[in-house]
Amino acid sequence: MTTAALFTQASYLAASVLFILGLRSLTKPDSARRGMQQAALGMLLAIVGTLTKHEIVDYRYIVAGLALGSAVGYPLGMFVPMTAMPQRIAISHMFGALAATLVGIAEFYTLGNGADVSHATMAALGFEVMFGALTITGSFMAFGKLQEFLPGVPVTYKGQNAVTALLFAATLGLFGWLVYQPFTPWAFYVMCGLGLVIGVSIVLPIGGADMPVVISLLNSYAGLASAATGFAIGNEVLIIAGALDGASGFILSMVMSKAMNRSFGNILFGAFGKPVEKTAKVAHGLAVKPISPEDAALQLSYARSVIVVPGYGMAVAQAQHAVRELADLIEKNGGEVKYAIHPVAGRMPGHMNVLLAEANIPYDKLKEMEEINGEFQQADVALVIGANDVVNPAARSDRSSPIYGMPILNVDQAKSIIVMKRSMNPGFAGIENELFYNDKTAMLFGDAKSSLEKLVSEVKQVAGA
Amino acid sequence: MHGTSLIELYVFVLAGFVGFQVITKVPALLHTPLMSATNAISAISLVGSLVAAGSDQNRVATWLGFVAVTAATINVVGGFLITDRMLKMFRPAGRTKVTKAGAP
Repeated sequence: MTTAALFTQASYLAASVLFILGLRSLTKPDSARRGMQQAALGMLLAIVGTLTKHEIVDYRYIVAGLALGSAVGYPLGMFVPMTAMPQRIAISHMFGALAATLVGIAEFYTLGNGADVSHATMAALGFEVMFGALTITGSFMAFGKLQEFLPGVPVTYKGQNAVTALLFAATLGLFGWLVYQPFTPWAFYVMCGLGLVIGVSIVLPIGGADMPVVISLLNSYAGLASAATGFAIGNEVLIIAGALDGASGFILSMVMSKAMNRSFGNILFGAFGKPVEKTAKVAHGLAVKPISPEDAALQLSYARSVIVVPGYGMAVAQAQHAVRELADLIEKNGGEVKYAIHPVAGRMPGHMNVLLAEANIPYDKLKEMEEINGEFQQADVALVIGANDVVNPAARSDRSSPIYGMPILNVDQAKSIIVMKRSMNPGFAGIENELFYNDKTAMLFGDAKSSLEKLVSEVKQVAGA
Repeated sequence: MHGTSLIELYVFVLAGFVGFQVITKVPALLHTPLMSATNAISAISLVGSLVAAGSDQNRVATWLGFVAVTAATINVVGGFLITDRMLKMFRPAGRTKVTKAGAP
């Protein structure tokens, strides 16, 4: 091994170790930042190590790509608001998969359009472009739905599952044929194309509430595509990083699916986002009890213990800073404020935590579902901000409800409940929520942010009086 | 697979195992940074893109490599920056705000 090759390999080994240490640092919020900075250093080492490779003879396109990528990546890293994080993550899965897929196609083309590709390499290349292609379009669709330039509601048509299954079968068939007979350029490129179509096809029927699962799954696919790239070009650091990413996405998908009471098989085969049968209970003759900001403020001012339950509505209204302001006032009055975070609240794993952390709320107060569910009984007020399905008692009691069996936050056990909601339209899943008709529940209608701001000024007056 | 496919399979399985062990311990609190972190890390596919773009094999590989380098660099730069931006917002109770995190 030449010195240069040795340096390259050493840089890859160092990068692999730093990546794993970086991920391990994420187990504790205090060490996380430093650990990830070390991982970034590992990345830099691996890049430098690659640039010294003797195969690389022409640096013009490399420099152009690095410059262009940095110019686009910097604003995507520094200026995207935290509320836009789900779509930001979705689009980054697309970029990752795009890189992996294009490397795979370049490799196939360079090796005589398959003429010089061994069966084993073809298997890796096939995986790479198959997973890569479906992740490209799938992530773009997810991005479009979250960014709202594509319809956020599930798009379904008759025979959809059959069409998707057929696409899968055709793609796998081509994949099998390619491994058997690598020198079949048409099969390779048709498989890429079908991969792109599958990506569209599996995300089309997904609604906003199912996004956390889809994003996690695409995360996993992007990782697997990277790992397959490593197999195809014989690069261990790619295999390791891809495996880490794949494992992470897989774990998150499992966590999310458990939190929605869906089986993992159900998710893997894209059967989520099934159309909601409108058989769920509809409230007849029940009336909700609206509350004025003044009364709500009074209630909050004298509360000893308040549990805030944030949901996607808080993210939409960008109300996290107002939440923090209100919590500060309640605490100043001697009350205690905690936050109950459902695993699938929002549009991606950990979405609410990031927003509340942005508002400078200490992470000790952000409680996971299992941790806080026992505390609702002692809570004077549960303040639900733009959350719906994750607090719907139908998940516990109504067998006909589409969300039956999903673990929920026990908001209905609190001594009193204030629900902040824009209007009485049912939540995303289109299901009526009994919680709103509960005797203990008062509804505070309006945009979450402006309602919270009103509450803040009212609570101030109560305190001042 | 360059005659080392079995070793590569070992690497994949063991790395997946390590990943599984480590990542199951990441609290739900940090799931969003976790996702952006793993995304940034898997942008290591940049090293493959660099070789495709720079080894002057043929025009197609060079151009595909160029686009791949661009896409992967976006994730490397954007991914690590945004992960850091998120992580610096998480603070325990009692510590006062040092930086003005996440100001629009």
